[in-house]
Amino acid sequence: MLEAYNLEFSYGRPVLKGVSFSAGQGELFALLGPNGSGKSTLIKIIVGILHAERGTVSIDGRDLTSIPRRDLAKLVGYVAQESAMRFPLTAMELVLQGRFAQGRLIGFESERDISEAEWAMGVTETLEYAARPVTELSGGERQRVMLARAIAVRPKVLVLDEPVANLDVAHQVKMLGLIKRLSVEEEMTAVVVTHELNLAAEFANKVLFLRQGEVIKSGPPREVMTEEVLRGVFETDLIVDDSPISGAPRVTLIAGQ
Amino acid sequence: MTQVVQLRMTTAVTKMKKRVGTPERLTTQRLVFTLCVLAVLLFIVGIISIATGSEQVSFSTVVRIISEKIIGGVADVSPEHRLIISEIRLPRVLMAIVVGSALAVAGSAYQALLRNPLADPGILGISSGAALGAITATIFAESLPISRPVAAFVGAVLTIAVVYALGQGRRGSGTERLILAGVITNASLSSIVIFLVTSASGARQRSVLSWLIGDLSGESRLLLPVALFVMIGIGAVYVNARSLNLMMIGEEEALTLGVETRRVKIAVYLAASLLTGAAVAVSGAIGFVGLIIPHSVRLVGGSDNRLVIPASALVGGAFLMLADTIARTVVAPRELNIGVITSLVGAPVFVYLLRRTN
Repeated sequence: MLEAYNLEFSYGRPVLKGVSFSAGQGELFALLGPNGSGKSTLIKIIVGILHAERGTVSIDGRDLTSIPRRDLAKLVGYVAQESAMRFPLTAMELVLQGRFAQGRLIGFESERDISEAEWAMGVTETLEYAARPVTELSGGERQRVMLARAIAVRPKVLVLDEPVANLDVAHQVKMLGLIKRLSVEEEMTAVVVTHELNLAAEFANKVLFLRQGEVIKSGPPREVMTEEVLRGVFETDLIVDDSPISGAPRVTLIAGQ
Repeated sequence: MTQVVQLRMTTAVTKMKKRVGTPERLTTQRLVFTLCVLAVLLFIVGIISIATGSEQVSFSTVVRIISEKIIGGVADVSPEHRLIISEIRLPRVLMAIVVGSALAVAGSAYQALLRNPLADPGILGISSGAALGAITATIFAESLPISRPVAAFVGAVLTIAVVYALGQGRRGSGTERLILAGVITNASLSSIVIFLVTSASGARQRSVLSWLIGDLSGESRLLLPVALFVMIGIGAVYVNARSLNLMMIGEEEALTLGVETRRVKIAVYLAASLLTGAAVAVSGAIGFVGLIIPHSVRLVGGSDNRLVIPASALVGGAFLMLADTIARTVVAPRELNIGVITSLVGAPVFVYLLRRTN
């Protein structure tokens, strides 16, 4: 169980103003909101890059600030929005980096590290290009390799910052399907920042709407993704009805009116 | 039928590549094998460099004198050859190894830290800072030779601190911003260095100018202390090699994977500055070594720093020995500055590497 309570943070101006939420084991939790609403700051606090000025984040009741860096790395996996890929490391070398916290600071990876990396690459369907340099992979392939790196320690919480931002629709569905499967089968709590409202409605167990650093609404998509809430959060005209296939909320933007 | 054959061939090629051509990851065996091959290469280049010069010495004479030095005994060689090898060429070759290793490892360290394959002690202005330190020591403490590498180290550390501070944006240090800060710092320091050199007296001015372009001929008395500095620096970078692998992808992500990024950054910046300072103090600002050697090593052996760092040390040493041999012989009896050779060789190779990488 991932819990955040009354988180506050500012970059000179307040960015988070008392954000609280909880996400259960095996749940996919989507963070939604306009640009600059504080989503990325919130997840940077969850993964320990930033420290909240007030409030707490805990995993199964343990306050994250009390957990040493290497132990935290075993609990929380993180996929950043963008990564520098200027050096031709192979996909396998990149995924093995995910095992850093398990191994020694100096030396080589153990057999266990390699088998776990192979498991992560198997799950994310990246094993076939284990020997290829990451600089030569497509956006979708690279994103799945980064996901494999994040799950190579089998963390309890998996945090992804806009994992589908640069992908085509087919890869978006594949990526979110993969994250959903991981959350269910490996019982990971997946926290996903995204702008894809319809994909969040299809895949997430819970969504949270942030606006100007405040939680506007949080809960299961069918309960909280209403026209009123979405219009208030995004300040744009839209219609919400039910998907004829899944019954999940379906958002249609009214453009050019 | 043709399709089946093609498919079989493709599968066979993939299997073969997997086995030999494109390894998935660095293993202990591959590391040891590569370093042994490079060490043998370094030794062979060393023998060739010692044997080559205005007075040609046979390879067997060189080997005999070296084994005499290592395992004792008295080799049957002429006193002239003994003098040339022991007093002139061997110290110079050893200095080339020390300086080449230092610059190549410093380059690979800066590149990993800044996530930029174009980072280099020269580009970041650290060589100029070290040169300024060394020149200041020459002016104020000429009688104390060890003050030069120490002052060069201090100059390098202060420079990286200034470059780092200038490169800090509102949200941390962007790589491009840091490189730009390096370019500006380099320009300012170079003008101070040139001012100091121009103000010096005639004879001293010539020797300092020659050292500035890059010169391995004069400082054999500093060989041992500088070699010690360089070994400490390479060791300090190497123990952080695994952390550097993660930091090459992103500092924040490395932090979330368990790397103490702040500690690694400070340790590696200090170590790389020690390497740059030591190299510049004895040989001036020899360009391109820190840029080209790690790049070439990565193209052949992959990007894992556990290989890149020691392999760069060995290849950097061999490269600088070769460059020095050319500098000593190409316009004999006069000598070219080694910096001229490294730049002449380095610039086109760098352009080629840049195009290939892109």
